[in-house]
Amino acid sequence: MKTEDLITMLATGAGAVAQPAAAQRYAVALGWGAAGATLLVLLLLQVRHDLAQALLLPMFWVKVGFVASLAAGSLFAVLRLSRPGAEINWVPVALTLPVLGIWAIAAFALIEAEPIERSTLFYGDTWKSCPLLIAVLSVPVFAAVLRTMKGLAPTRPRLAGFAAGLLSGSVAAVVYSLHCPEMGAPFVAFWYLLGTLIPAGVGALLGNAVLRW
Amino acid sequence: MQRITREAGFRAREDRLKDLLVRGLAGDNAAYQVFLTELSAHLRAFLRRRLVSLPDEIEDLVQETLLAVHNQRHTYDSDQPLSAWVQAIARYKLVDLFRRRAGHEQLNDPLDEEMELFTTADSEAAEARRDLNKLLADLPDQLRLPIMHTKLEGLSVKETAEITGMSESAIKVGVHRGLKALAAKIRGIA
Repeated sequence: MKTEDLITMLATGAGAVAQPAAAQRYAVALGWGAAGATLLVLLLLQVRHDLAQALLLPMFWVKVGFVASLAAGSLFAVLRLSRPGAEINWVPVALTLPVLGIWAIAAFALIEAEPIERSTLFYGDTWKSCPLLIAVLSVPVFAAVLRTMKGLAPTRPRLAGFAAGLLSGSVAAVVYSLHCPEMGAPFVAFWYLLGTLIPAGVGALLGNAVLRW
Repeated sequence: MQRITREAGFRAREDRLKDLLVRGLAGDNAAYQVFLTELSAHLRAFLRRRLVSLPDEIEDLVQETLLAVHNQRHTYDSDQPLSAWVQAIARYKLVDLFRRRAGHEQLNDPLDEEMELFTTADSEAAEARRDLNKLLADLPDQLRLPIMHTKLEGLSVKETAEITGMSESAIKVGVHRGLKALAAKIRGIA
C-alpha cells in the first residue's frame, strides 16, 4: 500500500474524536480498582474494629493524607506519561513532595520519642505483613490502570510503568488503612512507602513488555 | 537573522498543522487528510536523517508512524505544542524499530552484508516494503469488513451496517480495533 493510499484510508470517515478522555478513563479504572481492593480487605482481612475512634485521631489522617497525596502525585505523573510529548518536569516534584513530607513528620516523631519507644514507632506490630499486603491489594488497581494506560500512548514505557505501579500501590495503601492498626509516622514513612514501591518496581520491569503500542 | 527566519518558519508550520489537526479532530476529514499528507513529508525527512544506514525502513516507518498518530489522535491535547506530540510518537516508533531489529539480528547472522550495495537504491526507498493490504486481509472479518467498506470504499457506517448485517456500533468499534490490530501486526505481535 502506498503512503498516500494509507493516508486516504485513514482520513476517510475518520469523523470527530472526543478530546482528551484520559482523566475520565483513569477515574473509571481507579474506581473499579479501589472497589476490588476494598473487597479484598473485606474478604481476606477485616476492617479495624476501632475505625470509628481512629477517624477522630489526627495521626490517622496524616497517614491517609500521605498515601492520598502520593496517589494524587502519581496520578498526575500517569496522566502526563500517557500523552506523547507532554511536559514532565514537575513529575519528580509531585512524587517526592509527599514522601519528604511524611519523612519530616517521622523524623520529628522519632526525635520527640523516648529512645526506648523508637523501635516500636518504626516497627509497630505488623511491619512484616504491611508492605506485602499493600502489594497484594494493589493488584486490581494495577491491572485496571495498566489496561487504561495501554489504550493511551506512553512513549516512556518504563517510567510510565513505574508511575502506574506507584499509583496502584498508593491507592491500595489508602484502602489498606481501613484495616491497618499502625499509627506511628515512622512506620508509615517506611513500610507503607515500601509497600507502594513493590508494584512500582514491578511496573518499571513490566513497562517495556506490557505498554507497547 | 537566519535563525529568526528558521524559527518563524517552524512556528508557521506548527500553527498550520495544528489548525488542520484540530479541525480534523472536530470532524473535518478533508482537513485531516491534508494534515496527514503534510505530516508524512515531515516524518519522511525526520526519519531519513535518523535511518541513514537503513534506507529501506524509512517508508515502512513513515506508514507505521502515521497509523500510530491516527490511532492515538485522541491523546492530543490542543494546549500542547503539536511538534512535541508528533516527535514523541516518531521517536517512540524509531526506538521500537531498533529494538525489534536488535532482537531479530541476534537470531539471524547478517550474512548478506556483501550484497548491500545493490540492494539499497534510492527509488526503492520511496516504496514501502511491507504491504498493508496483505496485513489487512489477514484480519478477522468483524474487523476487516468495517475497514474495507467505510475506509477503502468510502461507504457510510449506516450503509456498511446494512451490507454486513452488523450493528452500527459494531462497525465503529470494528474500525477502531481493526486499525489497532493492524498496528500490532506491523510490530509482529499479533
